[in-house]
Amino acid sequence: MLEIRGITQRFGGLTALEDVSFAIEKGLIKGIIGPNGAGKTTLFNIVSGIYPPTAGSILLESRNISHLPTERRAALGMVRTFQNIELFGQMTVLENVMVGLHVRSRSGILSCSLKLPGHLAEERWIREKAMYWLEFTGISELADIRASSLPFGKGRLLETARAMALEPGILLMDEPAAGLNSRETAELAVLIRKIRDLGVTIVLVEHDMELVMDICDSIVVLNLGKTLAEGTPREIQENQKVISAYLGEG
Amino acid sequence: MKREMVKFLILTAVVLLAPLLFTGGYLMNVLVFVGINTMLAVGLNLLLGFAGQISLGHAAFFGLGAYGSGILTATYAVNPWLAMLLSAGAVALLAFLVGFPILKLKGHYLAMATLGLGIIVYIVFNETVDLTGGPSGLSGIPNLSFWKLTFDNDFKNYYLIWGFTLLIMLLSINLVNSRIGRALRAIHDSEVAARVMGVNARLLKVQVFTLSALISAVAGSLYAHTMTFISPASFGFHFSIELVTMVIIGGLGSIYGSLLGAVLLTLLPELLRAFQDYDIIVYGLLLISMTMFMPGGLVKGIPAGIALLLPGRRRRGEHA
Amino acid sequence: MLNQSPTCSAGDLIIACAAFISHKEVQSTMDISQQLLQYIVSGLSTGAIYALIGLGFAIIYNSTGIINFAQGEFVMLGAVLTLSFISALQLPLLLAVPLAIAATTVIGVIFERLTIRPLKNATPLSLVIITIGVSILLRGIVMLLWGKDTRALPAFSGNDPLSIAGATILPQHLWIFALTGLVIIANKLYFYYSISGKAMRACSFNRRAASLVGIDVKRMVLFSFMISAALGSMAGIIVAPLTMTAYDVGIMLGLKGFCAAIIGGMSSGLGTVIGGLILGTLESLGAGLISSGYKDAIAFIILLLLLFIRPQGLFKKGETERV
Repeated sequence: MLEIRGITQRFGGLTALEDVSFAIEKGLIKGIIGPNGAGKTTLFNIVSGIYPPTAGSILLESRNISHLPTERRAALGMVRTFQNIELFGQMTVLENVMVGLHVRSRSGILSCSLKLPGHLAEERWIREKAMYWLEFTGISELADIRASSLPFGKGRLLETARAMALEPGILLMDEPAAGLNSRETAELAVLIRKIRDLGVTIVLVEHDMELVMDICDSIVVLNLGKTLAEGTPREIQENQKVISAYLGEG
Repeated sequence: MKREMVKFLILTAVVLLAPLLFTGGYLMNVLVFVGINTMLAVGLNLLLGFAGQISLGHAAFFGLGAYGSGILTATYAVNPWLAMLLSAGAVALLAFLVGFPILKLKGHYLAMATLGLGIIVYIVFNETVDLTGGPSGLSGIPNLSFWKLTFDNDFKNYYLIWGFTLLIMLLSINLVNSRIGRALRAIHDSEVAARVMGVNARLLKVQVFTLSALISAVAGSLYAHTMTFISPASFGFHFSIELVTMVIIGGLGSIYGSLLGAVLLTLLPELLRAFQDYDIIVYGLLLISMTMFMPGGLVKGIPAGIALLLPGRRRRGEHA
Repeated sequence: MLNQSPTCSAGDLIIACAAFISHKEVQSTMDISQQLLQYIVSGLSTGAIYALIGLGFAIIYNSTGIINFAQGEFVMLGAVLTLSFISALQLPLLLAVPLAIAATTVIGVIFERLTIRPLKNATPLSLVIITIGVSILLRGIVMLLWGKDTRALPAFSGNDPLSIAGATILPQHLWIFALTGLVIIANKLYFYYSISGKAMRACSFNRRAASLVGIDVKRMVLFSFMISAALGSMAGIIVAPLTMTAYDVGIMLGLKGFCAAIIGGMSSGLGTVIGGLILGTLESLGAGLISSGYKDAIAFIILLLLLFIRPQGLFKKGETERV
């Protein structure tokens, strides 16, 4: 579904990523792990279109999207969540999710200001769908609460609900377990599996090894900007190179 | 949205009936200005409060609309309604083209760029004497008329202006409560996340900038026909700041707030006639204290103040 | 609706003076190269003023990330206060000047303490609005206490023009160049060779890291306001004998100083100075050769073009942003 080919990224004199290549199969959960500074977030930023790569390409269902701006990738069904959750703080929880439906709706400035019938029907549909996704993530009772007043764990769920409202083909999650306690992490695992069961391909960048080994079908390990290893959780756990990368050389 | 409808209907009723209560001619004149300033403040709020983009040069669009209409009707005897259309269209086109490069800038740089733009336009008004009459202004602008009705006194102008103002307010309220309004507020809160959700931030910012300029230009045309005389002094940096003050005092991101801000800042100098020279100081103090202590503007501040006094009121997310 | 009174800027009167003087002195027509030289000289001196004001912007920006819209008011205050001290307190110029600089610095401190320091997580919009509010407030207070008239400061060392290489220079121009030169040297010495100067530079690169190594960031912010207020007031004082001063000269001067800082890429040193000189010269040449009415527009057109095409200024290399 998603192919990363030869991605190299340089910031001035610093090479953050070098010739990173791997594939992500449709409908599976892929994990990207690696010690700090390995370039995981940089890779994510490139894949989600925050900035283009210095070299290499990203192919989404065989289509080269390497230079497409972020908003166009959303239209193609790719969405991501952020490590530090980027919520629309001044809007309510429900409204946040409604923004997720932006690409699936069409009313423009004229139609909205004149409240044309097409717009009204669409608004009702958007509202219903948004409520559905709030229920999916289990936070529907918080619908009218201001997003900025949510505790962190609920904020994470909101971001996920918002991302799902887009009905993505592929969901990129940047450290979704960061800042969650063990109960919340277990609930996260359940939620991610639920999403996978809908047919969504999921890519995770994570530090929480237990979570990664538990839910990922396949894992890629990055170290110092290069791919170190790729395989099933079992294979990765037993890989000598991975172990020494995490524990440091002698 | 029933509540929104009721709110708006009450406002319409107040506006329609107000002149019957105030028989003083001078107050009518002031209320006409309140209407024009409200239009301007609402337009600016869409850009400043909802999309979160700073503009310190909005008086320029107001002036361009005014001079566009003024020159076309006074010098070239074009039909005033047609002139308004042409003028507003031209300003919208200009805003659209300028919007792309200017809205790439953020924060302070955007503020400075819009400031610079406003001043350039002001200088052009002053220097193109053959066209605009320069600092001495442009006179002989005809009143608007519709069929046999000519809008030539404060009473009639009041209804004309407020007709437009209410219409613009209504359209803006509809807009901010819609998909587009959400997209705008999303851009304001987190542009990165908005883009990830598929919002074309760049285009939308330019569209709102254009819309805001369009509203200002229409207000300018109406102003020209109401005053029958315009001069560059009304369209300078000071007025741009005054508009920003109105929006901030009323409440960024609140259409009714802009109305409140416009009412206050238009009436204040009239009430303080005796203290005329103090008005700059008051503006300065208002800007500083509102930004520091009441960032939501009066629209949030007054209910919050009341809520503090009345126990047991729950806070909900609300806008417009 | 507020009216905007016309401002008389430095360049206007320098050119007027120079033209008047050179008309008196040189009976025959001046050839093009002499005219050009005249424009360039006046432009450089105006540019030096813009440079000083621009440095004020850059220094505050570098330590706080804030663009101080009230910088122009510091410039205005320097001249206005000097005049007040001379007329109200009957002080000689020699005493009035340092006193005015000190007073403006104190005002800068009050400004920083009351409005900037309490705001920890203000949005750029809030900061812009607040500094605009302060600028309006200062202007309003001065207008109230001082009136709207324009007045001239006496020149520092007389009004006899000198002729250098065919161009006419007033002694005040020399004062301007001398001050600017001193400021450049002092700047370099301070920021590169003194502990607090280096600390300020550290803050501008990375506030967090600076505070982690023990630099009192709040103090550095205060210093930056003090230095900028002092520089601004000096610029205002030294140019006031040439142009008039009034309560609203700050607006235009501030904006043009900002433009100088943008050209220089917000550098706290030579970049901004060169930026100011370039701006002043271009403005002077434009006014002389093209049209004097649009003179002010020149600076803003340059500003817009720069912001659109190369916001990092002429001298800095482009930076990539890290997310």
